[in-house]
Amino acid sequence: MSLVIKGASLRGEKTADLLIRDGVIAEVSTGGGFETLVGARSSTTGESSTTEIDADGLVALPGLVDLHTHLREPGREDAETVLTGSRAAALGGFTAVLAMANTSPVTDTGEAAERIFDLGRLAGLVDVQPVGAVTRGLGGQELAELGLMARSRAKVRVFSDDGRCVHDPRVMRRALEYIRAFGGVISQHSQDPDLAGPTACCHEGELSGRLGLPGWPGIAEETIVARDVMLARHTGSRVHVAHVSTAGSVEVIRWAKAQGIDITAEVTPHHLLLTTDLLAGYDPVYKVNPPLRPDEDVAALRDALADGTIDAVATDHAPHARHDKEHAFVDAAFGMLGLETALSVVSEVMVGSGAMTWSDVARVMSQSPARIAGLDGHGGTLAVGQPANITLVDPDAMVVVDRATSASLSRNNPWHERKLTGAVVATVLRGAPTVLDGGLV
Amino acid sequence: MVPTHSASVPTAPDGPTSPGSVLEGRIVLDARDISRALTRISHEILERNKGLDKLVLLGIPTRGVHLARRVSERIAKVEGAQVPLGTLDITMYRDDLRKQPTRGPHHTVMPPGGVDGKVVVLVDDVLFSGRTVRAALDAMNDLGRPATVRLAVLVDRGHRELPIRADHVGKNLPSARNERVMVRLEESDGYDDVRIAPMDSLVNHGVYQDGAPA
Amino acid sequence: MNKHLLSIDDLDVNDVSVLFDTAAEMHDVQRRSVKKLPALRGRTVVNLFFEDSTRTRSSFEIAGKWLSADVINVSAKGSSVSKGESLRDTVLTVAAMGVDGLVIRHGASGAAQQVSQWTEAVVINAGDGMHEHPTQALLDAYTLQRRMGTLEDKRVAIVGDLTHSRVFRSNILLLHKLGAHVTVVAPPTLMPAGVTAWSKDAGFETSYDLDEVLPDADAVMMLRVQRERMNGAYFPSAREYTVGYGLTRERLAVLKPDAPICHPGPMNRGLEIAADAADAAQSAVLDQVSAGVAIRMSVLYHLLAGEESGA
Repeated sequence: MSLVIKGASLRGEKTADLLIRDGVIAEVSTGGGFETLVGARSSTTGESSTTEIDADGLVALPGLVDLHTHLREPGREDAETVLTGSRAAALGGFTAVLAMANTSPVTDTGEAAERIFDLGRLAGLVDVQPVGAVTRGLGGQELAELGLMARSRAKVRVFSDDGRCVHDPRVMRRALEYIRAFGGVISQHSQDPDLAGPTACCHEGELSGRLGLPGWPGIAEETIVARDVMLARHTGSRVHVAHVSTAGSVEVIRWAKAQGIDITAEVTPHHLLLTTDLLAGYDPVYKVNPPLRPDEDVAALRDALADGTIDAVATDHAPHARHDKEHAFVDAAFGMLGLETALSVVSEVMVGSGAMTWSDVARVMSQSPARIAGLDGHGGTLAVGQPANITLVDPDAMVVVDRATSASLSRNNPWHERKLTGAVVATVLRGAPTVLDGGLV
Repeated sequence: MVPTHSASVPTAPDGPTSPGSVLEGRIVLDARDISRALTRISHEILERNKGLDKLVLLGIPTRGVHLARRVSERIAKVEGAQVPLGTLDITMYRDDLRKQPTRGPHHTVMPPGGVDGKVVVLVDDVLFSGRTVRAALDAMNDLGRPATVRLAVLVDRGHRELPIRADHVGKNLPSARNERVMVRLEESDGYDDVRIAPMDSLVNHGVYQDGAPA
Repeated sequence: MNKHLLSIDDLDVNDVSVLFDTAAEMHDVQRRSVKKLPALRGRTVVNLFFEDSTRTRSSFEIAGKWLSADVINVSAKGSSVSKGESLRDTVLTVAAMGVDGLVIRHGASGAAQQVSQWTEAVVINAGDGMHEHPTQALLDAYTLQRRMGTLEDKRVAIVGDLTHSRVFRSNILLLHKLGAHVTVVAPPTLMPAGVTAWSKDAGFETSYDLDEVLPDADAVMMLRVQRERMNGAYFPSAREYTVGYGLTRERLAVLKPDAPICHPGPMNRGLEIAADAADAAQSAVLDQVSAGVAIRMSVLYHLLAGEESGA
């Protein structure tokens, strides 16, 4: 089966035709057809062995990779399943997603990791790479079976207690030391529970003071980031900072990288655009952990993403059943949907403003996350010989987000009715299109 | 739409008419007519009651209060003694509360000596459907138990919707349902007169039917 | 007037004046032998309380009954999350019974506002978490106004655990609307986050020093302090709190002799307020309670008696 993508601008740089065969990029041609395409030519004859996608005006990116997704299966299949999450991911232009471990039961064994891996393969829309818990049951006390998870068919490399912080410094140190044996990385949800407890839900500041909402101060994140940076240095192991949300965290990460410490970081699309002011109406759709922050933090995060201090955009896609959000703000569940809108938000905020090019987007949404997660088959450069994981984007398409048309089972979408510029038109997973014309194949 | 609300005045009830506002309709009682009517009413009240014994005046806000006070002054001149004077707000007892925007109540002042066992004369400016008086009777019920209740009004314009009648009337003023009867008094409007005019379809006064001010 | 009373910001100065005037009339009604008015006959009011509060609930209950409304108390204590029923479902179940007015008391800030979006009933906030308690502020200001004649240009001190106080948040808004100059006094740990910026925006002052503020105060509002806050490391001990921020007998002597002392209750006698101060002639605490019924009658009347104003 051959696939031809005609006339796309590769990473926003040069326009070319791509020939894909057997799941691999076979040729990149800047004009005049393909040498290796044998038999009847491309489109006009409608040859059954060759599919053609007209990508005129579109940007081709290496397939997007999400370092941070919650697929809710097993345990909360009413909110999302691996299948429905995969659909949302494919529509969002993703060819690989890392599924966080805070399922029920927790993914803290090789068997549990393999189960999720197999469910992803079965759905066949996106490569689902399970994340393993750092501690047993996310309890924060004893190490989970990190080695067995690494050795399993799921080949877990990224470990996270996300949802919770690995708070005990001794446990974090041991975990970092232990994963060096197999080149693992810990993705830390940085939240000191003594500075920001379970009820904390609104950026601590003037608004939280006025609204009477329990504050979630930036220092609760920054003190953990600073501590983990030093632990990374001390153990020589890798730390990845999940969903960075404050300017202070950015400062620490910038310093750490300048020191050569092995630290990486991600930011969510919502933290690049939405601010704490949105909480004034107490609408739980805006309740997320870490919380939305003020303008100054949003600006710092955008600069950090553009200059590489933050390596990747990760969605932290967190589906919730309606009844889990229909509580008083303080009681409602934390989290927002993100897979289907991520690319459009980044396009609107970063490319639209000129802060980033599409090549930069390829870096932060595909290449860096693939590298951090150790996914060799993803995050390429759209070069010959690489697996054909490709996302086609219409950079000028105007999207009005409609939460009702989401492929996710959940509806906690903070982008409803927003206008965004830039949309995923097609997604190709190892040469097989999963999304064409903005819809699932 | 419910027809005919007689409006007292198309301006703020307790302020003088704004200069330059159109004075509509024809005058049926001027200041002197009003004064004579009140004097006659005051004498009638005394005659009927054979003096001041147990007599109490209760004015219904807002214009009924001013009229009650004027009557009490005339009575004082004649009898040489004060008749106890109070006000009875009926806002909370209206039968059309849910059909109107909510209004704050006026002051209710119990007359010295109360109303129990007294001869209470309610005083109001215009008697129309009778609903204001019905509400006043309900309000009075919660204040106490008078021996007798009588009603004195400056103008009776007919069109009763309830079996209520006035004991003392300043002027009987036959009117069409769709006409407005407007009473202006010095204390609240800057001068005295009573006018009658056709209903202006562009202006909705939203006033209680008996002409009690908005 | 706005359809709901969720926050003091739902009222403009004129609305407050109307509410106070009506409350004054209601106060008179309270003194009669027949305490009832028929104004809310046929209306159904539900007190939906997710938090215990005998005081506020009975105040609303009496207020409703004296206006001839049918008042029902529904106690929904216990976290809706733990019961598995969403807050929305709980509210809709109650509202589906055909309710005209919902008086809501909830432990979470913003709950009243959220509830108002889920039901057609008129919603009155009887206290939502740490956010607001509008009828409390109204009765406080009404009480002070009756005692002082006016609040315009008066210096009012609010003292205590501001961070966790909805009474403070509502009062700050209302006193400012009525022209008072407010100074809030608390230890730094009990000042709300962002108070410096907030105080500049909202026109009030902050101080850590009660002794400096008290002599100039025309009125004092003492807020309840919970001893449990010591576990959160907000202050070291009850006695240290009293020495620094309590209205002690010594401080009572420094206060202007006619300056009213308010407290929303229940009082921790000996902690934030000395017994002498609570019982002093200046103490307006009992006035506050009777004002509470009058104010709540006024609020219920204005929001429920007339046609939907839909302002």
